[in-house]
Amino acid sequence: MTDAGRLRARLAAARGDRPLPGISLAWAFAVLVFVVVAAILGLALGPVSLGAGRVARELLSHVPFLGVESSLTETEDAILWELRAPRVALGLIVGALLASAGAAYQGVFRNPLADPYLLGAAAGAGLGATLVIAYDVGDPLGFDLRPVAAFAGALLGVATAYALGRSVGGGRSTATLILAGVTVAAFLTAVQTFVQQRNADTVQEVYAWILGQLETSGWREVLIALPYAVVSSALLLWHRRLLDVLAVGDDEAASLGVAVARVRLLVVAAATLGTAAAVAFSGLIAFVGIIVPHAVRLLVGTSYRAVLPLSLAVGAGFLVLTDLICRTAIAPAELPIGVVTAFLGAPFFAAVLRTTRTVGP
Amino acid sequence: MLQRLIVLMGAGLLALALALALALAACGGGSEAAPATAPTTTPEPAAAFPVTVEADNGHVEIAAEPSRIVSLSATATESLFAIGAGGQVIAVDDQSNHPAEAPVTDLSGFQPNIEAIAGYEPDLVIAAYDPGGLVNGLERLGIPVLLQDAARDLDAAYEQIETLGAVTGRVEEARAVAAGMEEEIEELIASAEGAAGLSVYHELGPDFFSATSGTFIGSIYERLGLENIADDAERAGSDYPQLSAEHIVSSNPDLIVLAHTKCGGQTAQTVAKRAGWRQIDAVTEGNVVEADDDITSRWGPRTVEFVAVVVEALEEAAAR
Repeated sequence: MTDAGRLRARLAAARGDRPLPGISLAWAFAVLVFVVVAAILGLALGPVSLGAGRVARELLSHVPFLGVESSLTETEDAILWELRAPRVALGLIVGALLASAGAAYQGVFRNPLADPYLLGAAAGAGLGATLVIAYDVGDPLGFDLRPVAAFAGALLGVATAYALGRSVGGGRSTATLILAGVTVAAFLTAVQTFVQQRNADTVQEVYAWILGQLETSGWREVLIALPYAVVSSALLLWHRRLLDVLAVGDDEAASLGVAVARVRLLVVAAATLGTAAAVAFSGLIAFVGIIVPHAVRLLVGTSYRAVLPLSLAVGAGFLVLTDLICRTAIAPAELPIGVVTAFLGAPFFAAVLRTTRTVGP
Repeated sequence: MLQRLIVLMGAGLLALALALALALAACGGGSEAAPATAPTTTPEPAAAFPVTVEADNGHVEIAAEPSRIVSLSATATESLFAIGAGGQVIAVDDQSNHPAEAPVTDLSGFQPNIEAIAGYEPDLVIAAYDPGGLVNGLERLGIPVLLQDAARDLDAAYEQIETLGAVTGRVEEARAVAAGMEEEIEELIASAEGAAGLSVYHELGPDFFSATSGTFIGSIYERLGLENIADDAERAGSDYPQLSAEHIVSSNPDLIVLAHTKCGGQTAQTVAKRAGWRQIDAVTEGNVVEADDDITSRWGPRTVEFVAVVVEALEEAAAR
C-alpha cells in the first residue's frame, strides 16, 4: 500500500465507513496457542527436573472428577506451585505490560524507537530501587520497599518529563516530549549512578536489579501486579482505535474531532502505569517493548486494533520463554533476563526485518 | 535513546560489579596472574630494612620501617592492628570499620583518589584491589604499594599477615598472630569432624548469589568437609553464581549461612517466610546462621570467629 493509500484507509477507518483490518481469527488462535504452549513449557521445565509427565499429572489432579493422582513429593509440589508457577505468572504479566506499553508509546509518539522506558520511566525506577538498596532501608513496613520505590520513581520520572515537555511544547509536539524525557532520564541516571558509587558495597545487588529478574517471593507479587496490569491493559485496548487515528497526525486527528492532548495523556498514563508495575517487580528488562510490537507489525500490518492486543499476548509468551532460558541455560545458576531478551531479541528482529519490506508504526 | 543510556550504564556497572564481586566477597579467581602472597625472603626476626616482599603487584621493596601507612583494605587494617602495627597507620579507608581505634577517613578503596591518598604523605599504601591505575599512579609518585588481593584459602590469608609483619618490622608478632589463628581454626575444624558430608548454602544477597569452593569462604567450608551447593553451578563460569531458588530448595542444604545480615537485614525469620523455603530442613530445624557481613567478606584475623560460629551451628545441627 502506498503512503497516500494508507492515509486514505486510516481516515476512512476513523470516519467509520471502512474499517482497517482488525485481528483475523487465524492470528488470534495462533497467538493464543503460543501463549498457552509457553506457559506449559514454563511450568514443565526448570533447573529441577520434575518430569513433564508428572507435572501434567499434577495439573490434571486439580481437575475434578478425573481421578488423576499427583505423584509429586511435598518438596516438588512446593517447587512447582510456590517457586515456578508464580514466576511464570509474573513473566506473563510483565511481558504483556512491556510489549503493550511499547506499542502504545510508539503509536502515541509516532516514533518507531519509542519504548516503555521512554520519558524517564527506567531511570526513575532505577533511582528508586538504588536508593532503597544502597541505603539499606530494609522492610520497616513489613514488606520489601524496592518495588514501591521503583514504582514511585518510574511515575515521578514520567510525570516530570511530561510536565517539562508540556511547559515547553504545549503538549502539541511529540519531539519536545521525547526530548524532555531524555533530559529527565539523563539527570535521574546521573543521580542514580552517584548514589550507587557512594555505596559500592551494594553495587552487585543494584546491578542484578538493573539487568532484570523474574524471581518472585511467591504469589504476593503477582497478586499486587495484577490490578495494575488489568487497568493498564484495559485502558490501552480501549484506546487502540484512537491510536489508529492519531497515527495520521495531530492536526488531522484533531480535525476528526479527537481530543489529541487528552488521548495522548491518557495513553501515556496507562502505558506508564503498566511499565511502572512491570519494573517494580522485574527490574529493567530491555528490548521487549520494542521488538515484540515491531515483530507483530511485520506479521499483521500496522493497525493498532491488531497490533495492541497481539503485542500484549506475544509479549507475555515471549517473556515466559525467555525466562525459561534464563532458568535452564546454565542451571542451577541463573542468567539475568535483560541480557537474554536483548541477546535473542536483536538477531530475531534483524531476521524478521530482512524478510519483510515495510516497517514503522 | 534511553535504551542506550541503560546499556552504557550497564556496561560500566559490569566492570565495576565484577571487580567488586572479587574484592568484596573474597575471591581467589582474581589473583590468577600473581601467586599467593608469600615473603620471598623470609626475613630474620630482627627485620632489617630494606626488605623485599612479594605481593600481588610483584616484588615490593620497603626501604625503611614505615611510620605513615595508609590502608585501603579493610582486611589489612584488621591485620595491621592485630600484629601491633596500628601505631604506624595514619589513615584507613571508609570500609575499615574494625578495630574501633583505626583512623577512619573518607578515602575509598573502591574508587581511590590518588591525590587524596598522596595528600597523607604515606610511606606505604596497602590495597586489596587495584582500580583505575591505583598501583601505577602511586608508584609513579614514588610511594610503595603493597597489593594484597582476596586470599584464596586460609594458608594464603596467613601468608598475607606474615607479609604485613615483614613490611612493618613486626615479623614476630605477625608470625604469632598467624600461628595463633591457624591453631585455633585447625582445632575448630578437628572438633567438627562429625559434620563432614553435611551440605551448606552460603547466601551473599537476596538474589541468591552464592560462593563456590573456589572462594576464600568456600575454601573454609571445604576444609570443614561440607558439600557446597553452589559448586553445582560450575556452568555459570563464576565463583559467585546466582542460584535458582528451585535448586536451593531441592538441594535441601543442612546449613544455611546468611552473609548479608547487617547490610540487607536478612534473618532466620525472613528466610523462613520465603515461599517454598519451609521445605528446607535447615529452615524448619533452625540451622540458619546469621553471620557478620564484614567478617565473611574479609580474610583477616577475625576469620576465627566465623569458623567458630559455623562449627557451633554444625554441632547443633548434628545434635538434632
